[in-house]
Amino acid sequence: MSARDTVLGKIRASMRVPASDDVRRKTVADRLESTPTGVIPARAKLPKAGQVDLFCAMAEQFGATLARVSDYKAVPAEVATYLRSRNLPAEIRMGADKRLKKAGWEAEKNLEVRHGASDGGDLSGVSHAMAGIAETGTLALASGQDNPTTINFLPEHHIVVLKASDIKGDMESVWAMLRKAQGKGEMPRAFNLITGPSRSGDIEQTILLGAHGPRALHVIVVE
Amino acid sequence: MELTANKFKANASRALVDAQLQKALGNVEKGFIGKRQMAADALPEFDALRDNARDIKNHVLAHLDLYLEEYERKVLAAGGHVHWAETAEDARRIVLEICKKANARTVTKGKSMITEEIALNDHLSANGIEPVETDLGEYIIQLRGEHPSHIIAPAVHLNKEQVEGDFRRVHTHLPAGRDLSEPVSLLSEAREVLRQRYFAADVGITGANFLIAETGTSVIVTNEGNGDLTQTLGKVHVVVASIEKIVPTLEDTSQILRVLARSATGQDMSVYTTFSTGPKRQEDPDGPDEYHVVLLDNGRSAMLGTEYQDMLRCIRCGACMNHCPVYHAVGGHAYGSVYPGPMGAVLTPSLNGIDETGQLPNASTFCGRCESVCPMRIPLPKMMRHWREREFERNLTPAVARYGLKAWAFFAKRPKLYRLAASFGMPLLSLFGGTSRRFRSLPFAGGWTRHRDLPAPEGRTFLQAWAQREALKQEAGQ
Repeated sequence: MSARDTVLGKIRASMRVPASDDVRRKTVADRLESTPTGVIPARAKLPKAGQVDLFCAMAEQFGATLARVSDYKAVPAEVATYLRSRNLPAEIRMGADKRLKKAGWEAEKNLEVRHGASDGGDLSGVSHAMAGIAETGTLALASGQDNPTTINFLPEHHIVVLKASDIKGDMESVWAMLRKAQGKGEMPRAFNLITGPSRSGDIEQTILLGAHGPRALHVIVVE
Repeated sequence: MELTANKFKANASRALVDAQLQKALGNVEKGFIGKRQMAADALPEFDALRDNARDIKNHVLAHLDLYLEEYERKVLAAGGHVHWAETAEDARRIVLEICKKANARTVTKGKSMITEEIALNDHLSANGIEPVETDLGEYIIQLRGEHPSHIIAPAVHLNKEQVEGDFRRVHTHLPAGRDLSEPVSLLSEAREVLRQRYFAADVGITGANFLIAETGTSVIVTNEGNGDLTQTLGKVHVVVASIEKIVPTLEDTSQILRVLARSATGQDMSVYTTFSTGPKRQEDPDGPDEYHVVLLDNGRSAMLGTEYQDMLRCIRCGACMNHCPVYHAVGGHAYGSVYPGPMGAVLTPSLNGIDETGQLPNASTFCGRCESVCPMRIPLPKMMRHWREREFERNLTPAVARYGLKAWAFFAKRPKLYRLAASFGMPLLSLFGGTSRRFRSLPFAGGWTRHRDLPAPEGRTFLQAWAQREALKQEAGQ
């Protein structure tokens, strides 16, 4: 008997599962099909404008810095301003996301834009988030060529661009978005929910920012 | 690690006089209790979410075989591999085989209690593969050759001076005169040293907080980002997870996530919640070439259908130990088992048998704080009591306790005699209590009075005080 059959057999024996378990199978199939939502916090149920404001407030509360710009054309200048204000070299790493590409980086003549996954040598990386979750000020990023996962973790500064219309009240709304984009039951290889910069409390329970991931998280909301 | 659970009393006695440890343990109350309370208070739906989280896991446990089958189907469809391990030994063998096939010389590890449970690091080392812990706390204790003393804060038993000493001892390639007096400089140094290890590692091993049946996804919840670097930069990602980590859907995951971080660290969300599904895809510029999941049973299937089934709802947040007065007093190592604190006192006897672990369910005052903060509403004290009953039935309880209980039972079953004895005893003890109203030492109670005074009784028995109270109430009512 395979290890698989042994383990499943032991579970069934312990639970005294009947030989014909059509009812249990149907229960499981129904739940996976209907994906019921449970308790949604009231604070996530806001009109659109309120959701964007709540997202910004929560993201800042959990240690991100924030800028709101009117359109994508303003993104390169905001990135350049951020780098200058932190005395960082005018270099960024970025994936192939079309919305980012079209922003017009040539306007920032001194800014060097490197493309593709990060190799660990980048101080600053720029990503485009798939969504924002107002409830907790959380960013949702999907892996792939457009936004390589390594950019989320290797650079010291992570700059994330987010469309205001992609900000949702709760986590559950992001699952709905994801199902629409990927199909039911499908996920990108990596899906990252990010809430603030990397931190550790492992030395005397004192919270310090910048553990292994980015030391700083800067969010640019495009209205 | 070597199981020394039945030396709990000796371990605890040592811990109580360990000045370094006692200083560090102050950080448990400071670091966790107030933050959890604030996070819970800020979410009016917190208790409703706890109820729902409990119901979700109960539903999973009642259908565990079917959800595991569905989960496996989805992992395979995403190009991943699923390995089933009945025992810790099986799991160790499977992970070693994967590492050998990848010609691995070093593996990086994200923080994982399950790999502690199966003693994976020792097994890899013995077979010529170097495991590198990357979570800051885990890295520190690996340098010291220790085991985690807490399930989410593995180095909570240490002070920063001890960490500084370890870094100076091991990081000899760095200038001896460098300033490491502040925790932030220790963190930066660890970050620098470990960065190189992620790129050099062939395999990255993580645990999982959840396995999602709907999508074949494993989820890790972290704050440092080390788990993500571990699983993104290695050529092979191995997830080691026990069978009860299953949740049905993304929505169910969200429900439990809302109580997990709040209960653990008092955060609304941990910094990184990462959903991983299969290996690198055709268009992907990064990610592992292979994705493996090792599903471990190791005694859990035998807990189903028993009075210990509820323990399988545990999501390893650590709230029970953060709020436990026994844990506060002695720390995690005294428990002498992989899982310390109240959850360990219930789980360890299930995994290792009550013969070897009988002292753990007794390492509790039954104050009930663990159950009151458990996000999954696990009745921990009730289950510790079940273990005590088993222990007593099997005659494993120490003779002194057995005879003491028998003597008490003799009187308890004879109320008149009990009251008579008490009505003599109480005034006598009250008299001996003197003006201080406390005992600094008492015969047969040295275990108590060595560390704290015993308040002296005030002279009346409970029943006498009760009778007087009732009489006063009646008088007031008339």
